[in-house]
Formats: sequence, C-alpha cells, structure tokens
Amino acid sequence: MNQIVAWKPVPDPVEELAIAADGRSLDPEVIRFKLGDADEHALEQALLLKEKHGGKVTVVAFEAPEVDDALWTALAKGADRAVKLVLNRPNPGTAELAAALAHHLTSTAGPMTPDTLVLAGSQAIDDLEGELAPYLAEILGLPYLGVVSGVTLSEDGRTARVLKEFAGSLRGEFEVPLPAVLGIQSAEKPPRYVPVARVRAVMKSGQIEVAEVPPREVPQKLLVERMYLPEAAGHAEMLEGTPEEVAERLAGILAGRGLI
Amino acid sequence: MSAGILVLVEHLKGAVADITFEMLGAARQLAQASQAPVHAVLVGKDVAGLAAQLGAADAVIVVEDAAAELPSTELVLAVLRQLLEQKQAGLVLLGGTNVSFGLGVRLAARAKLPFVNFCKGLRWDNRALVCTSQLFGGKILSDVRLPDGRGVISIYPGSFPADAGKSDKTPPVERLAAPAVQSKVVFRQLLEPAAGDVDITKQRVLVGVGRGIQSRDHVQLAEELAAALGGAVCASRPVIDQGWLPLSRQVGKSGLTVKPRVYLALGISGAPEHWEGMQNSECIIAINTDPRAPIFDGAHFGVVGDVLELLPLLTEKVKARKT
Repeated sequence: MNQIVAWKPVPDPVEELAIAADGRSLDPEVIRFKLGDADEHALEQALLLKEKHGGKVTVVAFEAPEVDDALWTALAKGADRAVKLVLNRPNPGTAELAAALAHHLTSTAGPMTPDTLVLAGSQAIDDLEGELAPYLAEILGLPYLGVVSGVTLSEDGRTARVLKEFAGSLRGEFEVPLPAVLGIQSAEKPPRYVPVARVRAVMKSGQIEVAEVPPREVPQKLLVERMYLPEAAGHAEMLEGTPEEVAERLAGILAGRGLI
Repeated sequence: MSAGILVLVEHLKGAVADITFEMLGAARQLAQASQAPVHAVLVGKDVAGLAAQLGAADAVIVVEDAAAELPSTELVLAVLRQLLEQKQAGLVLLGGTNVSFGLGVRLAARAKLPFVNFCKGLRWDNRALVCTSQLFGGKILSDVRLPDGRGVISIYPGSFPADAGKSDKTPPVERLAAPAVQSKVVFRQLLEPAAGDVDITKQRVLVGVGRGIQSRDHVQLAEELAAALGGAVCASRPVIDQGWLPLSRQVGKSGLTVKPRVYLALGISGAPEHWEGMQNSECIIAINTDPRAPIFDGAHFGVVGDVLELLPLLTEKVKARKT
C-alpha cells in the first residue's frame, strides 16, 4: 500500500494573531505555525493502515518555519519518508497549494498507482478557498470523501471502506476504490505519542527531503480585500478575584438559576 | 436582471436542515437588490414532499434519485453544473456542514468559479459581491470581493436568520430528470450512533470539557461537578478524539446540539464547530486560561483561570450550598 499524507501547517490560533500592515494578511512576524488536529489524525490513520496492510507512508508537508519538527516526529512515529515542499510564494491559497502538491506527486511518482491512498486533514482553520483534499482529488481525477473518521481496506487492498461523519454523531458508510483521496477528520485511535529520544535518534539517522515546486496559477485564487479582527457582538461578564471568590460567585450564579 | 441564485437544499433522513432556511434567507436578501431569481435545488430519494417548505424560493427544482438514501456527490455536482447553465445562474449557496462538505471545492473546480468558504456575511457593492468569512477558529474575519458576483459560497451555519428563509407560499416546482453520472464512491448505509448512557440533549445543566482539561484523569473532576449539579459531562472534539469520553457526549458540528439551562464551558476555546452545537444554551459560563478565547465573546459569564484549580473549588461550593 502506497500512502501519502499531505500536511498543510496553519497559524496557531492560540497565539495572538495580528494583521499585517497591508491589512489583507496576517502579520508573519507573530505567526507560529502548527499542524491542525485533522492533519495529525491523517498521519495516525495512515500508520494504522500500514500496520495492518504494510506498504509505505510518505508525509509531504508544505514549508513552514516549524514543520521540520513535525516531519521528524512523523518519521519517528513510523513514516517512511518525509518531504518538505517549497513554493517560494507569499500567502498561497489552498487551491495553489493543491496544484503544487498534485504537480509534485505526478512529476515524482508518476500516475497514481492502484494501491495509492492520499490522506489529508479534512479541513483547516485557514481554508478560505476550501479544503486541500477535494482540490487535489479534482486535479488528480480521483474519488474523494471528506469528514472521514474511519478507514479499513478490503482484503484485496483495492477498496477502502470509509466512515464519514454527519451531524448528531450519525455516520455514513461508503466504499471508495483506490487510488483515492480522503479528508481525515479523526483516526480510529488518538494520534500516538513518541518519546523525544526516538525523535532525536531519527534526526541523526533519517532525512527530510526538500522539493521545490514551481508556482502554479489557479483560477480559484481569491484576493482578500481586507482582514480584520471581529467586533464581538457582546462579551461575557468577567468574574474576577481569587479562585475561592470566583468559585463562590459561580456557585451563586448556579443557585440563582435554580440548579442548586 | 442579474444571474440567478441556486440554493442547494440540505436534508437528511427526510427533514430539511435549518441551514437551508438560512441560505434561502440570505439568497432572498441578495435577490432583493439584484432582482435575481432564487432557485432551491432539491436532490434525493423521495424528496418532492419537502418542496412545500421551500416557499422562500422563486422555484424549487426537484431531482428524484431513487438509487440511494443519500444522493451521490457526483449527481449533485452534475445537477448544479447543468442548472448553472440552464438557469443562467451565477451564484451557488451551499451549507457549511458535514453533508455538503467538499462539494463547493469540486463544483468550483469544474465550473471554473471561485469558491468562498466559512461565509458569515454577504453584501452587494454595485455589481460585486463582498463575502465576509471567519478564519482561524473565528479569531479573524476576511472580506473577499467577487467582482462579477459569480461564485460558489459555503454558508457557515448560524450566520443568517433561518426565519428569513421560511414562507407560507407554495413555490412552483420544476422537475428535472437526474443526469446520468458515474460515481466511484458508493454509499452503503447510515450508521446510527450507539445510544449513550446519558442523553446530553435532555440535561438541564451540562459541564462541557475541552482541551484545557488536559488528561483523561481530570475528566473525573468534571464528573464530580456534574453529579453535584444533577447534570452530565459533555465535550468538544479534542476530548472525544482522545477517547476520554464516548461519542455520545460530543457537542458540535459532528456531534449533538444542546440547549441546557446552564452550559459550563471548561477549557473550551469556543471554536466555531463547537459553538454551533451549544450557542443556544440559556446561560453559558466559560472558564479558560486564554483571555482572548472566542468563547468569552458569546458566553454570559467568564472566568480567566485554570479549570483544574477552579473545578474542585466549585464542586465544593455547590455541595456546601446543598447541605
């Protein structure tokens, strides 16, 4: 089985996000990049499938200042190859990233083999132009299913049985023939932990490949006219004081609502 | 007259989803200024009966597909592409939900239209359509201009009033034969969630825990508070994904929608996917270490602090008041 995990690092929203001087993008000085949860789950799902069915897992990540750490960790967890894609283009949108990834995959690996499964995070917090996985599927002409929270493979390895989430914890079961692209929401198990010592060992013996891809024009490129902080319609009444005082006030509010 | 607007009707298990009425309301508002016709597009098995609810549209286009309980994405894409041409439509509104997820990107790619995700606001500026989207978990807004007002737009649930998309009028219905499509993805069945030990939609108080609870062991602290209050513990996605609580306790986009009298959001940042599932709680109390967490913008009461420190104290106070 040939699995490709595609990672699109995103600005960490836990950090304070600031708008750049152009008023149309985030201030790159204060952004710290991280992997979205769904990207972490995409790798975990690939590793679970590899454990059952063998084959190779290649992680391909778009360049971001912090992505090397994530790629070393992926290798330590059991990925076979780690590739960093360099675009040399400011603020690429998802459509451009998908075009670059598709170009990389087809120019280095050729047409997708019948045992290929591409797994990407189902969604990301900066998906203004939409999600990476369906763009990629369209360019590669492959079937796609998103919001996936479970993948098993048929005995002959040609078909994936895929669970897609709907609302209210309802799930749909689908069959998807390989090669295919899946947008993973969550893996069947939480992403595995790997000791730092193992990551350090991999950093000594392994390698991160770097591939430059030429910029590609896409018709879906959106031009952001303005980026700004939302004006909250309201704000919570903030309770202040020592933890003891705050707990007492909270208990008072709950009592006032007839809950105690 | 401007190019028409297509609204893809979202329905699951025989019920029209609220997002459909939000989209119809948004489309009506756009149509008022542009004089464009609004077409509701209803695709699926035995769906014609749902058309009567769609009176806010100028016409309902019904495509019956007896093949499967869920229409294939390929069929929906083919119908929308056909209607973009036949109705000379320029704008397609889709629900930003798990049902319609991924459709927008593919329709945009095939119809060579721009796609705007996470849309919370729409306004005309002369012939251009300005779309406001929320990004980075609701922390940033961005405005994108579609110069000719043409595109595919995914509407974030809860952004437009659903009432504006409801009407008692009986809409004209047009039937369209389902175009022949090949779909590699085959729908097999819907899997109902396993019944949990507790129905979180029926609780008067919910203690919701998020990433800030940090470990499985700490969930017990929330259980103790919930027990003291006669409620139950629920969670946001990261906690469920870790396996610390079962799926039946998940609140949000993929999980359940809850409306308790009090919702305690503990270590929950308030990402839009979670907010969607608990925003209509009567009273929301949020505790988070991050003073900028979006949850504080919508909560009624907020505390900047460590849930692990406050939880046992609060449980103690609640118990003390009961004795």
